Amino acid sequence: MQLPIYLDNNSTTKCDPRVFEAMTPYFLKDYGNAASRSHAYGWKTEEGVDYAREQIAKIIGANSKEIIFTSGATESNNLALKGVYEMYAAKGNHFITVSTEHKAILDACKHLEKLGAEVTYLPVAENGLITIEQIQEAIKPNTVLVSVMYANNELGVIQPIREIGALCKEKGILFHTDATQAVGKIPVSVIDDNIDLLSFTAHKMYGPKGVGALYVRRKNPRVKVTAQIDGGGHERGMRSGTLNVPGIVGFGKACEIAMAEMDTDAARLSKMRDKLENALLQLEEAYVNGTKEHRLPHTTNISFKYVEGEGLMMGIKDVAVSSGSACTSASLEPSYVLKNLGLDDELAHSSIRFGLGRFTTDEEIDFTIKCVTDAVNKLRDMSPLWEMFKEGIDLKSIEWTEH
Amino acid sequence: MAYSDKVIDHYTNPRNIGTLDKSSESVGTGLVGAPECGDVMRLQIQVSDEGVIEDAKFKTFGCGSAIASSSLATEWLKGKSVDEALEIDNMEIVEELALPPVKIHCSVLAEDAIKAAINDYRVKKGLEPLEAEKSIH
Ligand SMILES: Cc1ncc(COP(=O)(O)O)c(C=O)c1O
Repeated sequence: MQLPIYLDNNSTTKCDPRVFEAMTPYFLKDYGNAASRSHAYGWKTEEGVDYAREQIAKIIGANSKEIIFTSGATESNNLALKGVYEMYAAKGNHFITVSTEHKAILDACKHLEKLGAEVTYLPVAENGLITIEQIQEAIKPNTVLVSVMYANNELGVIQPIREIGALCKEKGILFHTDATQAVGKIPVSVIDDNIDLLSFTAHKMYGPKGVGALYVRRKNPRVKVTAQIDGGGHERGMRSGTLNVPGIVGFGKACEIAMAEMDTDAARLSKMRDKLENALLQLEEAYVNGTKEHRLPHTTNISFKYVEGEGLMMGIKDVAVSSGSACTSASLEPSYVLKNLGLDDELAHSSIRFGLGRFTTDEEIDFTIKCVTDAVNKLRDMSPLWEMFKEGIDLKSIEWTEH
Repeated sequence: MAYSDKVIDHYTNPRNIGTLDKSSESVGTGLVGAPECGDVMRLQIQVSDEGVIEDAKFKTFGCGSAIASSSLATEWLKGKSVDEALEIDNMEIVEELALPPVKIHCSVLAEDAIKAAINDYRVKKGLEPLEAEKSIH
């Protein structure tokens, strides 16, 4: 067992060796520019890209012509939102999104607000989800786009995408989803879910970093986005720039493997996740954040009350995880996602996200259980809040010195 | 961000964790910080009749740097007179533990905890509490 154990797979994943292998020829041998039409080098790479495009389209039930390659989900989200805003300016300027979206969505929205967009940020319930009724109520005559993430990166909770897609279709409003955390992990279909635009990225599904895609629907309706990067007119004019061929080939391979192994991976990972979660919930005052019902199979986010997240991570340095604690960022604010669930700041500070992955083993889970349990117990022994809790003192009754 | 060896040492082997009898006349207790901010320190001193700190204990909810700052503070407090203890400056803690700028607030909190414990002791002895110096947080 190699230490530290990697349980931060929602952040990024290891490249699958089969993916790496598929990529190598495109660095050393088939290094042509996929846009070069005049020689065999170009033809060969174009072939590789075309094949990957098919593999990538397939995993979301799309047509290969509907895939626009980008540098990752951040860019895909920016292209979707800013591209729709510009392209459909005549139709309206109102967007609907959710307060727990990734920063790439929220900050793109903030940017558009400065340019004149009107954005509704829907709050989530305690379980991390929004309801279809919230969307219904937020829709206005000038609404052009609804953007709701498929699965949340911090909690793993899965939004009611199919219902939202059906509603948007009925109302004639475009529907974008940031499916970065979902694609390759759970079945996603742009047909069944009536998705018009979908962002995803290779590095969350055992592919390389720095390559992603935006799905842009071509039929019923035909969707277009205004390019945000000007240049040679690649990717049907929506995203210029020489294609990252090795990355794209790896992305394709990653999709092919994910499709073939999704069911077995999900079954195995959810079993391990449940084991980990149940064992850690044996600790007093430990709580799962977000719904356990509609959730990615490999993710759990747990708050250990009266223990601070960064302190805890230091105590479990043999396990690589991430925390909703403020201390991990330069600001003193804990995770906005957890705060949006209505969690007290102190619970948000005490949270750890465990993201299992394809290469996680039972042995690693057993080790993690022991490691986290020991660290929580040790830190509680030195926590004044734990002592007060044990003495029955209501922490809310104390006048804390803010700082 | 990597922690300094000294922070790791105090975190792994914290000195003087524990609780003193806060109702005792010779014990001063300082409780500073706030759970919402992600750190709370409780620092206690036991003072002899001669005004010497015989024992110091802490409990801290917070990151490794907060735990290390309070652990170090208790180590420094023991054997000092109350007046000497008031001289402890947060920047000495920063230097000793090699805290990075984003963790300076942990040392400030430790200094605040020392002052709060001393004030609690002073009030018990019928002395004026000292004016809290406005620290920059
Ligand atoms: C939900 C979500 N959207 C977008 C991104 C950004 O993806 P990328 O790193 O490919 O830009 C991430 C990952 O950080 C994510 O989790």
